[in-house]
Amino acid sequence: MYYFDPHIHMVSRTTDDYETLAKMGCVGMSEPAFWAGFDRGSVESFRDYFRQLTDFEMKRAAQYGIQHYTWLCINAKEAENVELSREIIAMIPEFLDLPNVLGIGEIGLNKNTRNESVIFLEHMELAITHQQQILIHTPHLEDKYQGTRMILDMLCGDARLDRSRVLVDHVEEHTVRHVLDAGFWAGMTLYPVSKCTPARAADMIEMYGPDRLLVNSAGDWGPSKPTAVPDFVLEMRRRGHAESLIRKIVYENPLTFFRQSQNFQFTPPDVLAESPVEG
Amino acid sequence: MQTKLTAPAVLDREFLEMRAKVLQLAASFDRLDRAEGAVEGDSRLTQLAQAIQLLQSERPDKAEEVQMIFSRAFSPNWRDELGVDQHV
Ligand SMILES: [Zn+2]
Repeated sequence: MYYFDPHIHMVSRTTDDYETLAKMGCVGMSEPAFWAGFDRGSVESFRDYFRQLTDFEMKRAAQYGIQHYTWLCINAKEAENVELSREIIAMIPEFLDLPNVLGIGEIGLNKNTRNESVIFLEHMELAITHQQQILIHTPHLEDKYQGTRMILDMLCGDARLDRSRVLVDHVEEHTVRHVLDAGFWAGMTLYPVSKCTPARAADMIEMYGPDRLLVNSAGDWGPSKPTAVPDFVLEMRRRGHAESLIRKIVYENPLTFFRQSQNFQFTPPDVLAESPVEG
Repeated sequence: MQTKLTAPAVLDREFLEMRAKVLQLAASFDRLDRAEGAVEGDSRLTQLAQAIQLLQSERPDKAEEVQMIFSRAFSPNWRDELGVDQHV
């Protein structure tokens, strides 16, 4: 089955991982900008990172037939540095017209602080004034519920925002309902240890239905599994769910959401294969 | 949407895994008891006790409720408390 991983950090993965993902049916992915494991010191450091996301990763993915898209921002952890964050927000429009840029993300909260909230709102302003979609990181563990509610409060406080163009990621049992009820898209991040498992993601699909729900692997430099979406597919099959339902969640839903970005020019591989080869 | 598996099928499939998880918890509590030093009064133990008690309830949203036991509360007045204006 073809699938699309809507949230995966390929800069921290090897080229072997691209090959494995391609063999498992991954035909497209979107990679939000995130924390590098250490705080970066200057706006130039981010400019180089954005070049990596908008050029190098796209080419690396294409070698395996995977279409790579990306989102740009300064992540919540580094947003504690307000001065640097503002320099980066001012620089982002340079990149917004590049062919694989889908919007602003993953913005969000980490420790639910004042500075994180201020920079979240400034990113929101950037997205709204440039008609960009938004991808959101919600905090982990004991901070998730509080942080998700704060984020929803900020999003719902701005009437200019089109909620169908916003994806709130890392939802779990206690936050998914709040996100969906408010009209946003929700992503479940499958992690081997600390986050949601494929079985619990399948439970949430059974409880809330497949509309506006996505699953992703996060696949970052921490303990994570880039092949987590195929694990979810297998779990759904083992429970007896229809292939059409599984395909909606791992393939059609991501396409429906991403097609709202003007830069999303995804060509399904079955269409690619039917077009004549020149030469 | 409903789960496709019947209750007996779910139990057949998950019994050994559930048994293993209960055993892991039991062994963790034994390990805590055997170890030097004291953790009485640590709020995390209270959270664990509340969560384990909740597993015995009949409610249909046990996973969500366990999550809430381990979550910091949300204050609707958070903007005033942190001094954050909606408009930038
Ligand atoms: Zn991420």
